[in-house]
Amino acid sequence: MSAVAREALDAAAAREWLRGFAAAVAERSGELTDLDRPVGDSDHGVNLRRGTEAVLAALDADGAGGAGGADGTPGQVLGAAGRTLVSTVGGASGPLFGTALRRAGKALGEVPAADAAQVAAALRAALEGVVRLGEARVGDATMVDALDPAVAAFERAAQEGAPLPRAARAAAGAAAEGAASTVPLVARKGRASYLGPRSRGHLDPGARSVELLLTALADALGADALDARAGEGA
Amino acid sequence: MSAPVRLVLLSHSAAAAAGVAELAAQVAGGAQRVRAVGGTADGGLGTSADALEEACRAALDEGADVAVLVDLGSAVLTAKAWLAELEDEELARVRLVDAPFLEGAVAAAVTASTGAALAEVVAQAEVARGLRKL
Repeated sequence: MSAVAREALDAAAAREWLRGFAAAVAERSGELTDLDRPVGDSDHGVNLRRGTEAVLAALDADGAGGAGGADGTPGQVLGAAGRTLVSTVGGASGPLFGTALRRAGKALGEVPAADAAQVAAALRAALEGVVRLGEARVGDATMVDALDPAVAAFERAAQEGAPLPRAARAAAGAAAEGAASTVPLVARKGRASYLGPRSRGHLDPGARSVELLLTALADALGADALDARAGEGA
Repeated sequence: MSAPVRLVLLSHSAAAAAGVAELAAQVAGGAQRVRAVGGTADGGLGTSADALEEACRAALDEGADVAVLVDLGSAVLTAKAWLAELEDEELARVRLVDAPFLEGAVAAAVTASTGAALAEVVAQAEVARGLRKL
């Protein structure tokens, strides 16, 4: 978690974001798998953790100049992490979260430090990539139910001139609400859809992981530091 | 003459992929046309984008076109995510087939064994989607 509020998403912040996401997935992998038990094949937490651990290993292994090094752009860092997730996860969450990060990385292009509007565009690209790949819409009880409102909340905050960390915190909050909104829904995608009405009453594990991803972004950007400063009236 | 067609069978299970590949190759008279890709890198159940890439790349490198058959949900996503990264020239030579895994593989292998082009192999495999057994 960043102790200072960041004004831009640079390569270092992107790496901190990924490390934070990996830590959250490691900490919650049991919970994610428990969420997956009634509606899926009980592997979401294990699979995603395998992927984020591989991302961590790649960040640690790369020297300066690589995606994990001091150089590079946030787009490169996210793109490399996305490729790692696609390669290593084994379940549906690999292609889906991997595509999200890759699309976000591609949208950031060569920019060395992305401002709120650029991060908003990257998150929008991530959402579009996930929707195109998974062909899920809001209301299907998938990760899209968290990601769609999160991107909208980020965009709204950015347009209103909110600092980057606050836009990310707004996105994380919307993702949490979106994840909770999957509980009463009947799943229409993936293995959970085989259950029909019996899929009601369960929070979608992919949506929960989106919440973790965006919470990690807000933490990496120092949203809490910003809030603490505001609380002191500084 | 059209390029020869190779089949890549992507399953969550190495055993399932190998079994279907064996059957398809036997029916179509030629194991060289079929590559089985199943399980994760660490030997568990799941689909590996790297293994898919390796199998498809081997076929493309020998000048063949590739029909990819997949089993369940996340195999589709793994294949689609990999295809999305291909350049246009290669993308035209790889097709994801919307067919039942075993029946589609057999139909595709038989059609490929006649020297048919990729589009015809895919079309015949997709016919298998609508075939009734009883």
